[in-house]
Amino acid sequence: MTMPQPKARPDTDTGPAAKIRLDGVTKRFGAKTVLDGLSVAVGEGQSLVIIGGSGSGKSVTLKCILGLLRADAGHIWVDGQDVTTMSERERKTMLKRFGMLFQGAALFDSLPVWENVAFGLIQGRGVKRRDARDIAIDKLARVGLAADVGALFPAELSGGMQKRVGLARAIATEPEIIFFDEPTTGLDPIMADVINDLIVECVRDLGATTISITHDMASARKIAHTMAMIYHGRIIWSGPAAQIDQSGNDYVDQFIHGRAEGPIRMEVLKG
Amino acid sequence: MIHLLHDFLVIVGRYAISAFAAIGRLSGFAGSALSHIVRPPLYLGLTGRQMLSIGYFSLPVVGLTALFTGSALAQQVYIASTRFNAESAVASVNVIAIVRELGPVLGGLMVAGRVSSAMAAELGTMRVTEQIDALTTLSTDPMKYLVVPRLIAAVVTLPLLVIVANTIGVFGGFVVATQRLGFNAASYLQVTVDYLEASDVISSLVKAAVFGLIIAMMGSYHGYHSRGGAQGVGRATTNAVVSAFILILLANLIITVMVFGT
Repeated sequence: MTMPQPKARPDTDTGPAAKIRLDGVTKRFGAKTVLDGLSVAVGEGQSLVIIGGSGSGKSVTLKCILGLLRADAGHIWVDGQDVTTMSERERKTMLKRFGMLFQGAALFDSLPVWENVAFGLIQGRGVKRRDARDIAIDKLARVGLAADVGALFPAELSGGMQKRVGLARAIATEPEIIFFDEPTTGLDPIMADVINDLIVECVRDLGATTISITHDMASARKIAHTMAMIYHGRIIWSGPAAQIDQSGNDYVDQFIHGRAEGPIRMEVLKG
Repeated sequence: MIHLLHDFLVIVGRYAISAFAAIGRLSGFAGSALSHIVRPPLYLGLTGRQMLSIGYFSLPVVGLTALFTGSALAQQVYIASTRFNAESAVASVNVIAIVRELGPVLGGLMVAGRVSSAMAAELGTMRVTEQIDALTTLSTDPMKYLVVPRLIAAVVTLPLLVIVANTIGVFGGFVVATQRLGFNAASYLQVTVDYLEASDVISSLVKAAVFGLIIAMMGSYHGYHSRGGAQGVGRATTNAVVSAFILILLANLIITVMVFGT
């Protein structure tokens, strides 16, 4: 199978002013190449949604930007600083500007909800617990949760509530950059739409730059300014969200319409 | 024949490489964890909570182990010593065996079974549910926040637990000797005190601290590097306990030879 070559991407490739730029990023796990020279960029205040199938390298992309995984080759620039050559201390300072909503919310089981939301303020910013608690209650209200939810533990919450607490935690420090990892996976369609609306509102209020990864096209259409599709560890198409239906790319068309037939072959053994 | 030899060497080589890789990973993890102990911030509240969990909540199991072992030991030593008319050795043998070996080793093994598994399961679950990644994105070093408090708590708490275990073990022997074997209480205690040397107590406490380090290190290491969902967490838990047991017994042998071998 021949790999499609990336097209020109004037809308996401915002030149030196790009808030985040990945340039030829490669990541291997043993013999498996997950990212194969991936290049993409997002401008300040923009919302980039990376779409792609399971195992295509979406989560690895975010983890490489955050430094949770070290890229084997290529460069990752955040505000002109190369993340791949940063010291541990520089990376820690950089991470203070980030917020992240994890796929499974990743709330700390041992802490009550309000402390989960306030964690970045207390540990990362040194805010006093009482002040942090007030901010946490505000953020919980921002995502539609009552103050008394703050006293509960994550195990006592539904999946949708956990996602909302995760979103409150991601925005609690009012970060410049927010990542959303599969924000609607595992939620019913209505709750998924509630989360999408909250993401759009929160990001608009903060003026944050965001990268989201998803395979939920309804979510992607709602939250994206620009979209990029990842396939076999490379960006095969990127452009304004409104143009996704006229991409002229067979891979993108197959994916956004959810068709089993097309150039993308699922690795499924048929009996 | 050459094929068989080739296959055999491939298997041996594969195991050797994976063993060296594991030793390298563990050394790197231990070095990183220990270096974080001397660099602020230290999470004292979390350390205190771990001390409560490792120390206070292990008291019943460690105390009962010491009580039953000390009592059985007194009975056994009495039966053995009657064969060569040395019944008076019960008190001295009991206190030396308990303080030098059985208190720290059995106490360490019991705590390893209870604590290493719990640490591996907790950190392993945090790993597979991305809670450890979440800590990093919230500007908190997981090594400092999760591993260092457990290490400090275990190293500080194990010696205290072993003091309790030693005391209860000797008491168990005292009860059996005086209530069942007809020993005089005052003279039994006098012999116990006379035969107990400072080096016995110091070696006991050093062993306990080392065992504490092993317990926390194995629990944290295997949990921290857990992979692959529930099965991975289960594997990490088993590996933590087994490796802690083996390393405790090995460390005990090394310390015993170093302190008492000359």
